[in-house]
Amino acid sequence: MALAFDEYGRPFIIIKEQGQKSRLRGLEAQKANISAGKAVARILRTSLGPKGMDKMLQSPDGDVVITNDGATILEQMDVDNQIAKLMVELSRSQDYEIGDGTTGVVVLAGALLEQAEKLLERGVHPIRISEGYEMASKLSAEHLESISQKFEFSVTDIEPLVQTCMTTLSSKIVNRCKRALAEIAVKAVLAVADLERKDVNLELIKVEGKVGGKLEDTELIYGILVDKDMSHPQMPKRIENANIAILTCPFEPPKPKTKHKIDIDTVEKFQTLRQQEQNYFDDMVQKCKDVGATLVICQWGFDDEANHLLMHRNLPAVRWVGGVELELIAIATGGRIVPRFQELTTEKLGKAGLVREKSFGTTKDRMLYIEHCANSRAVTVFIRGGNKMMIEETKRSLHDALCVARNLIRNNSIVYGGGSAEISCSIAVEAAADRHPGVEQYAIRSFAEALDSIPMALAENSGLPPIDTLTAVKSQQIKENNPYCGIDCNDVGTNNMREQNVFETLIGKQQQILLATQVVKMILKIDDVISPSEY
Amino acid sequence: MAAARLLKDEATEEKGDRARMASFIGAMAIADLVKTTLGPKGMDKILQSTGRGRNVTVTNDGATILKSLHIDNPAAKVLVDISKVQDDEVGDGTTSVVVLAGELLREAEKLVNQKIHPMTIIAGYRMAAECARNALLLKVKDNKQDPDKFKSDLMKIAMTTLSSKILSQDKEHFAKLAVDAVLRLKGSTNLESIQIIKKAGGSLKDSFLDEGFILDKKIGIGQPKRIENAKILVANTAMDTDKVKIYGARVRVDSMARVAEIEVAEKEKMKQKVQKIIAHGINCFVNRQLIYNFPEELFADAGILAIEHADFDGIERLALVTGGEIASTFDNPESVKLGHCKLIEEIMIGEDRLIHFSGVEMGQACTVVLRGASSHVLDEAERSLHDALCVLSQTVNDSRVLLGGGWPEMTMAKEVDELARKTPGKKSHAIEAFSRSLQAIPTIISDNAGLDSAELISQLRAEHHKDTTNAGIDVISGGVGDMDKLGISESFKVKQAVLLSATEAAEMILRVDEIITCAPRKREDRM
Repeated sequence: MALAFDEYGRPFIIIKEQGQKSRLRGLEAQKANISAGKAVARILRTSLGPKGMDKMLQSPDGDVVITNDGATILEQMDVDNQIAKLMVELSRSQDYEIGDGTTGVVVLAGALLEQAEKLLERGVHPIRISEGYEMASKLSAEHLESISQKFEFSVTDIEPLVQTCMTTLSSKIVNRCKRALAEIAVKAVLAVADLERKDVNLELIKVEGKVGGKLEDTELIYGILVDKDMSHPQMPKRIENANIAILTCPFEPPKPKTKHKIDIDTVEKFQTLRQQEQNYFDDMVQKCKDVGATLVICQWGFDDEANHLLMHRNLPAVRWVGGVELELIAIATGGRIVPRFQELTTEKLGKAGLVREKSFGTTKDRMLYIEHCANSRAVTVFIRGGNKMMIEETKRSLHDALCVARNLIRNNSIVYGGGSAEISCSIAVEAAADRHPGVEQYAIRSFAEALDSIPMALAENSGLPPIDTLTAVKSQQIKENNPYCGIDCNDVGTNNMREQNVFETLIGKQQQILLATQVVKMILKIDDVISPSEY
Repeated sequence: MAAARLLKDEATEEKGDRARMASFIGAMAIADLVKTTLGPKGMDKILQSTGRGRNVTVTNDGATILKSLHIDNPAAKVLVDISKVQDDEVGDGTTSVVVLAGELLREAEKLVNQKIHPMTIIAGYRMAAECARNALLLKVKDNKQDPDKFKSDLMKIAMTTLSSKILSQDKEHFAKLAVDAVLRLKGSTNLESIQIIKKAGGSLKDSFLDEGFILDKKIGIGQPKRIENAKILVANTAMDTDKVKIYGARVRVDSMARVAEIEVAEKEKMKQKVQKIIAHGINCFVNRQLIYNFPEELFADAGILAIEHADFDGIERLALVTGGEIASTFDNPESVKLGHCKLIEEIMIGEDRLIHFSGVEMGQACTVVLRGASSHVLDEAERSLHDALCVLSQTVNDSRVLLGGGWPEMTMAKEVDELARKTPGKKSHAIEAFSRSLQAIPTIISDNAGLDSAELISQLRAEHHKDTTNAGIDVISGGVGDMDKLGISESFKVKQAVLLSATEAAEMILRVDEIITCAPRKREDRM
């Protein structure tokens, strides 16, 4: 296969141990790659849209995940094929960048590959196809911008934001209470958003879940939730106007890092050492008390004696609080993380209006709420739900909703959903194709067809006849010159997405098209696959 | 060219109808497994563990059964999970929730075979669940204002819960016991303060509720066996050697004489500690950690009752009941809160000696002593009592009450049926299916009781189409009876949780159209 001969007809070896490697080249390589990419897209196709189905994934450890989030499905799928891995990467980068539309991007890429295959069969060179795709993607990004609308909201008028988040949530299992969740997501994002800089740090939003209760009990807490309880069972469960000392040093005898030994050889030494030890504990607690702390949050554990001393001095304490939580608490309460008792000062204490412990259900699970913080920019969304899978799925859905809200704050342009944007792009690209001379014209036209596959999949998943619906909507868009017509997935009766209030963010859509095109271009350029043979 | 292999070796993928079938079958198998345990005449299951000793558990608690199963089917795992959550959250109804979810899926399978899209079924189920919940909300009774009636409600609920368990023979006795225990909690749901001690021997009827606190420990030798007006110090401190904890300290000596000196110093230190403890003016000392012989002797000398090695829960509870604080340092005797109780004495239950604290300050905690013929009976009794306590404590918070015996299911079914008739479109099939699933529960109850379910259910349905009715299945007489008169009640919270979680789980399984199973992680062979 990869055998070359020199001018004397002697074979020489190009690839080391080539007998053990399998190699695909030329058209065959491209076709193999395309079919792998299509296979991934086919798996996700049924998850698209509000009526999309879920996938059940069983991990190597036997845990079950039920989801219809594209990125999660692909990540859990344990993919082996290289090209399929590229698709996984694609969906992941959409997830990182935008957070939503992870399924759509893979489906679009699959459709583009499918169209490319047809062109390849006709003998169009892959590079020409990629160039055509590139032009078409630019065209559609521009077109999206032209049909996008600015969309006004303010801190007081959050309704438009809620509507957008609801569109995102409606494709998830949580759509039973999408309204409530969308409101939570928007409020959470607004709480941490810096509206002047148009920036949102999603790390300030912590999403905690606890099994039990029902989805409707999910709440937004303007503060921090810590899955810990007070170190001593008899410490007060409710502290108002707490001054919080945030410590990263243990309430334990010091352990110098340098190696050392203390030798006890006389009774006096034994006694002084004992005395010192007792003073040490006393000192630690006294220092906290002196600066006026009314709650100690510590990253490490306490000694029994220290624990009692704290309790005795009426100083509630929480131990074993994780590093991330500690940071969040510090941000929220405006305190500083103190690494040594000596450095504890009054200014470094955090302030919170209310700290309370709350217990759940019949088990003795307790959680600590830190609320009314000095700096209310850190919030927690606390999810309740029937079972673990439900909570995990809710977390993922909420993450998507949070991302959408963030994107809107960054850039308040929107396009309409329900496939309307894709159809409109497809029309525009189609029209542009005719004006373009050269082989690329075919590629551009194929791109337009690939765009159609998204509304097609939407219609298919909603149980509508896909071709009929798509053609009807398309002709309506052209006839009425109205780019807002989409697929009526929810059987509402109108296919004007503007009336249905189905939005998506402009950058999300643009990103989808650009990312999908990029990956397809990359796959098309591969003409030689060398992999170690299986046997 | 063969289709490119996407997944890793041994990973399997099932699609569309096959996937759906696999999950339906798995879920229904689980539901059928626990089905026979439903209702007052439900049967028990024997579970044998694979671990060492081959422990045997006899139970009819759904959550316990499902917890012990090794399940491979992912859909079945969803059902096990909801049953677990039901147990954690409301404590009872763990079997019902699985059975209802199973029935919902069974009906859904029929609809899917009729080519109705799963999403349409889900939409119908959702409407139906909402409607059923509203129907229940309209019919609830709330007797919170009237303490006597409320207490009798609690009694009824406890008896209903217990009637399906091993305790059904003495349900009145245990119901009273559970209600008393829960009412002492005064609205808190922290069941920790109710301690359950199991002692084999005697019969179930000999179980009792003790107002005080019983600690499963012996009193040290030579110490008083009975103390009146006890002052108790609850502690968590080392009473063995009490090491110097500063890191890196070690003893290095160069002669025997020095060893002796240090030993004396150590003893002196312990003695001082004991002195400090005694200085609190106590006559009872309870420690979580061990008390060595030397300090124990010192305590005995001072006439103080010293109890060592109480478990952590015991300590916490004791601190809670006696109102003391758990101490670890003893330098400020004046400010440490001591616990008080009227009387400490050693009592005998069966052959074991226990320490009994009576006349405690805080009335919240109490102890239930369970007696029974064998450890299996006791384990099952404890689970049953736990269920009853959970339900009751939830009811104290949410005092809405419903009738039992299949009455709520029939009421919901009737409302849902009506909704189905009003709803146009394919959804109405799903709504009807929901109502059939609801009716399956009383059907199973009567089947389990060996009654003619077809006859009974139709009678019941006819009754329910009158305006107001209290009709339900009377398993004892084998007919339709007035649930109000029979005193069969259930907590609204439990029913609502059953309804919502079952629908949620069914919906989750229905939405799946593809199952991808990764290859099981290989275990390292160390054999």
